[in-house]
Amino acid sequence: MKISLIITLKKDVLDPQGKVIHQALDGMGFNDVNEVRQGKYFEIDTKETDPKKAKDKVEEMCKKLLANLVIENFKIIDAQ
Amino acid sequence: MKSAVITFPGSNCDRDMDVALKKFGFKNKMVWHQDLELPKSDLVVLPGGFSYGDYLRCGSMASKSKIMQSVINFANSGGMVMGICNGFQILVETGLVPGVLLRNKYLEFICKNVFVKISNEDNAYFKNISNNVLELHIAHNEGNYFCTNDQLKEIEDNAQVAINYCDPEGKIEQQFNPNGSIKNIAGIFNKEKNVLGMMPHPERMIDPVLSGEDGSYFFKNLINNLK
Amino acid sequence: MIVNEKIAIDHGLKKDEFKKICELLKRTPNITELGIFSAMWNEHCSYKSSRLHLKKLPTKGKQVIQGPGENAGVVDIGDNDAIVFKIESHNHPSFIEPYQGAATGVGGIMRDVFTMGARPIANLNSIHFGSTQHKKTKNLLRGVVHGIGGYGNCMGVPTIAGQTSFDSSYNGNILVNAMTLGLVKKDKIFYSKAAGLNKPVIYVGSKTGRDGIHGASMASASFDDKIEEKKPTVQVGDPFTEKLLLEACLELMAGDSIIAIQDMGAAGLTSSSIEMASKGNLGIEINLNKVPCREGKMTPYEIMLSESQERMLIVLENGKEDQAKKIFDKWNLDFAVIGKTTKSKKIELYFDSEKVADIPVNTLVENSPMYDRKWKKAKLPNKNKINKDDINNLKIIEVLKKILSNPNICSKEWIWQQYDHTVMGDTIQKPGGDSGVVRVHGTNKAVAASVDSSAVYCWAHPLTGGKQVVCESFRNLISVGAKPIAITNCLNFGSPENEENMGEFVECVQGIGEASSYLKFPVVSGNVSFYNQTKDQGIKPTPSIGGVGLIKDYNKMITMNFKEVDNVVLVIGKTEGHIDQSLFARVILDEKNGPPPEINLFNEKNNGETLLKLIDSNLIKSAHDISLGGIITAVSKMCIKGNKGINLKKPKYLINEIEYFFAEDQGRYIVEISNKDQKKVLDILNKNAVHYDELGTINENMLFLNEKTKVTIDELKGFNTKWLKEYMSN
Repeated sequence: MKISLIITLKKDVLDPQGKVIHQALDGMGFNDVNEVRQGKYFEIDTKETDPKKAKDKVEEMCKKLLANLVIENFKIIDAQ
Repeated sequence: MKSAVITFPGSNCDRDMDVALKKFGFKNKMVWHQDLELPKSDLVVLPGGFSYGDYLRCGSMASKSKIMQSVINFANSGGMVMGICNGFQILVETGLVPGVLLRNKYLEFICKNVFVKISNEDNAYFKNISNNVLELHIAHNEGNYFCTNDQLKEIEDNAQVAINYCDPEGKIEQQFNPNGSIKNIAGIFNKEKNVLGMMPHPERMIDPVLSGEDGSYFFKNLINNLK
Repeated sequence: MIVNEKIAIDHGLKKDEFKKICELLKRTPNITELGIFSAMWNEHCSYKSSRLHLKKLPTKGKQVIQGPGENAGVVDIGDNDAIVFKIESHNHPSFIEPYQGAATGVGGIMRDVFTMGARPIANLNSIHFGSTQHKKTKNLLRGVVHGIGGYGNCMGVPTIAGQTSFDSSYNGNILVNAMTLGLVKKDKIFYSKAAGLNKPVIYVGSKTGRDGIHGASMASASFDDKIEEKKPTVQVGDPFTEKLLLEACLELMAGDSIIAIQDMGAAGLTSSSIEMASKGNLGIEINLNKVPCREGKMTPYEIMLSESQERMLIVLENGKEDQAKKIFDKWNLDFAVIGKTTKSKKIELYFDSEKVADIPVNTLVENSPMYDRKWKKAKLPNKNKINKDDINNLKIIEVLKKILSNPNICSKEWIWQQYDHTVMGDTIQKPGGDSGVVRVHGTNKAVAASVDSSAVYCWAHPLTGGKQVVCESFRNLISVGAKPIAITNCLNFGSPENEENMGEFVECVQGIGEASSYLKFPVVSGNVSFYNQTKDQGIKPTPSIGGVGLIKDYNKMITMNFKEVDNVVLVIGKTEGHIDQSLFARVILDEKNGPPPEINLFNEKNNGETLLKLIDSNLIKSAHDISLGGIITAVSKMCIKGNKGINLKKPKYLINEIEYFFAEDQGRYIVEISNKDQKKVLDILNKNAVHYDELGTINENMLFLNEKTKVTIDELKGFNTKWLKEYMSN
């Protein structure tokens, strides 16, 4: 089973990369952008076939390693 | 000889490059990234540093800055353009030289002396150089040169490899590769050999009290070749 | 929200302190005001437990331009050049989020330095972790090293020296102390003292977000089981913006429009505005609606207490706003006129046309609490009786291998190779030596800096330990040929409310004061970090001393690598055989008791100054101070660095061989001299009444001991360099 997830910085945490990308886009003429926030995307292929169990496992991985919950959120976006 | 060093927001080896170029006889001008025109120059240098914080991809945003269109035109008309470290990353993002620079293999920033072997002396950068192994300094997090097999074949067919990581005797082996670069590649030319991108910093090796003097040797040779 | 005692206590204030606030204001503060008081009155900003003792430190000297009390200390190095420097802790944030904690620590200290108009030219750090066996140590070390590198490398400031130690007392509370040196013209130093009425108060840099609200209070609270709840207070660093801020500030400083400037560090806008007003004996009025905010609907409380990084507050000359704004626009940084100086001597804040705070500045600063905490004097422990049989059976070379690969001795190359130590093109002594050295750009001068701490000695006897750290800093500078000028200190201790921890603080400070006063090596800046503990257990007392010295002609700089075969090697200073508290005692004998080595300030000064004379006369080829691990460890490192060997001979003292080679007596150096200079050198040593031993001669590649035992330098090098790399790759 393949789980896809994204990890982003929490809403209130400064995202220096997003800020600078925003400024660069602005400089290139894309002036309608309000904000840019960036994150990481993961695909985890697991032997687990039960979607609920697989998601739980990946959630645990996020909490323990993939995301730093001090500053980041994670969201499982797909499981198939 | 006239040179120009471009300062991007986040460049931090621009002053060092200015010092080095002047020391060996260049009349150097600093150019701000938002300028539109390059001053009349025999050599344009994109210096090391962390342009735009290395955010998104190293060099990606600097490659889109205003001055770069002039730099690209200058290069395409045969002008000498040299990118060091972050400057190399910027060159790669503009497409002036082929390939990409990935994160170092061991995922760590590396700051140390390395040896590089000059693989092609038939160009204005390395012509007449009598010692083809140089001890230079690297300081980077993304210097792991990568390209596709097709690209590699083209690069090699056109003799575009400029320098490779090696041992003090010039032996090019995996164990002397500090960052995982394909074929130990440390620097690369465009097809015409007027554009050079390389990870090592010759400007940090221009005095015997610093890490070494092979940088002096490189710059002295370079200005003589340009005369 | 109506403020009451309970809310005040939740803000870390004591009952009495809250009562005092109400008395000073003659009313109950509102929530914004309470937040401001709690930030200003906590240990981190007010130094309430330490002020009384810090006052006793010597802070003046011929070369001192600015002592403690400003953003950083400043010393004169001649020719209108001055060095601005300071060390600061970022311990608690680094334990919670090692990368960002360490990174913002480095960012903060660099801001302190360029706030004064100086371009940072070197970074150093002192980092301390728990036992190498502890499950968190590896990740914390990796995160901290990446964080320090991530910030310093991006700023383009070389990291030239540092110190790393491991000790189980840091298991639940690591230490990250960052130090920066900057170079400034003596007549272009900027201070935080506001002056003049109706001058515009300017905010520049990044926008304000909800980062680190109450970080300063966190730094003053010890870790307990509720640590998880405190997590969201960690700030995120943006070195790219700081690099822009540095360039923009220096560009503005080249003109004459700045009256005062202060970086927003701990307690952000609160402490920076109050500091400027207090020093200038003025009031400041701020319209909080004008503060550039990153997030919507921030409250006055949040704006005042945010610890968003990369921000500065400036008091400008009237009419210079447009000119200043142009510079910040060029660097793509926020710029806003947010208020003005007033004669009210109050901090007055407005938000949505309402006055949201009205506090007399002196209540926050002069009237802040100061405590004479109870403390316990430490007794000098009795000397251990070492069982000679125990040590006579030991094979010196085997012991040496163990010592060289000990985590606290081994090569830290894995760490410093991740720091850019050569950017700026002036680093002439890299990490791994006694001090880092950078040239003063474009001159023949060079500045040496080192950072030291000896927690074990301080723990065994704080007074002696305090003196020892200062002496070690002195020696590290002299070993590279630098004349010591001044120090900065970062005082990392447990809870001041614990009498023993407080005693450690008081006596370490006393020791630091005595040594720096005797050696004419004054303290010009520093910071105190209390509550370094987990539950009730404090860390070993760890004052870190950052020393700065001047080399007038860098061609005379000394390095520690052995230079030439057949040269003679001497030990300067007397070896008494002090084994208690040595690395040998702890690692080999598993003995943790006993007093630290005694400090003789006269010898320390005399030996050091005599060595400087020898260096100045070009008589010294290499030098290294003897510290952890004793003579043989120091010599081995000189062999390893120089790829040379040595024929060692123990002088005919009465003490045992092991004691001679592994003792950690103080005031000693190893020096290499050439044969032809021997008579001259010995004459000078004799004339100055400096004790010396002839230790041996340099050979190609082998360490021989009394002509019978031997080991190759390559083998020793293996033991010295392997440990950390292997530890971090497993």
